[in-house]
Amino acid sequence: MELKYLFKPSTMAVIGVSTSQDNHPANVIYTKNHLRYPVKTFPVNPKGGMLHREKLYRSVFEIEGPVDMAVIAVRAGFVPKVMEDCIKKGIRSAVIVSGGFAEAGNMKLQQQVADLAREASFPFVGPNCLGIYSPDYVDTFFLPGERIIRPEKGNVGFVSQSGGVLVDQMVKFAGQGIGVSLAVSIGNKAFIRETDMLDWFARDIETKVIAFYVEGFEKGEGRRFIQKAEQCGKPVVILKAGKSKKGSEAVSSHTASLAGDYRVFSEVMKQHCVAEADNEYELTSFCEALSCFQKGIQGNIGILSLSGGHGVIAVDACDLHGLSVPKPDPKTMETIREKVSPEIKDIVSYGNPLDLTGSSVDNDIVAAATYLARDKGIECLLALLIPYSPGVSADIGAKLSQVARNEGKPMIAYVPNEEKYRIIIEGFELNDIPVASSVEGAVLMAKALKRCKPC
Amino acid sequence: MLKKKIRTIIDAHKDMGWVMEPGAKAIMKSQGLDIPDFVLTNSFEKAEKFLKKINRPVVAKAVSRKILHKTEHQAVVTEIRSGGHLKKEMERLLKLDGCESILIEEMAEGLEVIIGAKNDFQFGPVVVFGIGGTSVEIYNDTAIRMAPLKPEDVFSMIASLKAKALLYGYRGKDGVNMEVLTSTLVKFSHLIMALENHMESLDLNPVICTKDRCIIADARLILKTA
Repeated sequence: MELKYLFKPSTMAVIGVSTSQDNHPANVIYTKNHLRYPVKTFPVNPKGGMLHREKLYRSVFEIEGPVDMAVIAVRAGFVPKVMEDCIKKGIRSAVIVSGGFAEAGNMKLQQQVADLAREASFPFVGPNCLGIYSPDYVDTFFLPGERIIRPEKGNVGFVSQSGGVLVDQMVKFAGQGIGVSLAVSIGNKAFIRETDMLDWFARDIETKVIAFYVEGFEKGEGRRFIQKAEQCGKPVVILKAGKSKKGSEAVSSHTASLAGDYRVFSEVMKQHCVAEADNEYELTSFCEALSCFQKGIQGNIGILSLSGGHGVIAVDACDLHGLSVPKPDPKTMETIREKVSPEIKDIVSYGNPLDLTGSSVDNDIVAAATYLARDKGIECLLALLIPYSPGVSADIGAKLSQVARNEGKPMIAYVPNEEKYRIIIEGFELNDIPVASSVEGAVLMAKALKRCKPC
Repeated sequence: MLKKKIRTIIDAHKDMGWVMEPGAKAIMKSQGLDIPDFVLTNSFEKAEKFLKKINRPVVAKAVSRKILHKTEHQAVVTEIRSGGHLKKEMERLLKLDGCESILIEEMAEGLEVIIGAKNDFQFGPVVVFGIGGTSVEIYNDTAIRMAPLKPEDVFSMIASLKAKALLYGYRGKDGVNMEVLTSTLVKFSHLIMALENHMESLDLNPVICTKDRCIIADARLILKTA
């Protein structure tokens, strides 16, 4: 099934544009794409005439030339007819924004639309969804551009069963500087489902991490999802909602009562190295970490700190999240002792966490990070970089990123998320080192690497 | 593909909705899993002969289509050593609701684990493994994995249990034979894949693990309702 016309269309029809209501979803979609995206957009309404001095097409048949994708935003009852027209016209795919299908109890209507599409190999997203945000190509979210915050183009592919969660997550991604390659709200997922999205993202070279918000799979679909996730070779992150829902079946065996639906879900994800995020906060941290590093770790963390307290807090958080903070090789510590400046040699706490104290300067931090990264027992460095002391320069982010690159080990930084320290944060982020705005956030990023270690 | 023997047992129990212990154990045995020596009878003479032959304590259990959870119906008697004890208990068991015959087995001693399977709506057959016995739901110290299992899955299941030390050997006690346990779980996971279209859930609880064997002391297969 070819999905490139759906996710990277060059021409698009928006069907159901209103002639009287400028805030109708179809109008919002038409306007934003027409004015701000390269996709050539055709508004369609049976009344015809003009809309904002542009031609309003009576039907898709009036549009000259091929159309890659149609946004269908008409009332549910009209969708089958509109889809038939799209298929007849040779349109290749669609986003059905309209609600009023399975979510409103109209299973039959949804089935009818799905059958129609299957028969014609006409892939569509939805119904009852926001559709697609494909940076540089198209945006079918029926939310005015000025109301939402869109992340930059990046390497996270995100798929959500809920449009609201998707938009909200976009805001969080943007806030953390996480870019997306494609974000899709799949709504009632009558045609395009999570497994199809895994197929797409597996082949998409722009995507390095695949993230999902899932409420539930259909019969046997969880197994297919796991198999595809394992084959795709990219880290997969999942946030599951509806965890507390009790199984409806009468429980007649020990096993059935021990293995509730969510427990099975969670344990199976772990078994197959799909990183399950416990909440939105983790989802964001996981995506940020995995967008920089796609190789998993066993979970041995080296902590570099400029304050004793931050080191201890990080150790506690590591313990809570199942990460180890192993004792470093004594030789590592000896070397660091030799390399740091004489002023701090005797006040540094040599160990893991390694507390360089507030008297350290850039060179001390760089030397310590280098040799800590070379320790064979350590797989990932947490650099807790509180930038308050005068010895830390604005270049420390960029300098430490170089260390991570040279040593070939993942590094995760903590820098307070304040405008004042933006230059340090960018020094890291522009060099592909993720930065958390709290110590715990940094630990969650390390947890992501552990969660997706290859089985 | 289901073996013919297994299919026959399942077909015979379709109407009942579940396969009682002797049938369920026969399925396990046909799959190369370890079950205790037993005799299935309601004759005291045969039972006593078995007791004398194996010359070790036995367990007596009522086989009844009306009793799904035996412990709750006092349908299990352990540590029977004498003919007199055996006779008294057999007479009592035979009076229990729906009791067809008595299953008399050699009594195994060791660590009680649960090996279970559930046909999950989203993921299909999954294996549950953990600390077993009658209090299994209280401790709920179990791990779940999607079938079929690889040996590495078994290692990670064991490692994720709170009580893993009991399996490795704790305070001078023998640990469980990991090789046998691993092969038991792997074989079991392949069996439940083959049973996918027939099974709702399958409890092997307890399975008695020792330094040599993993013996299935009780088994119950709940069939899918059509």
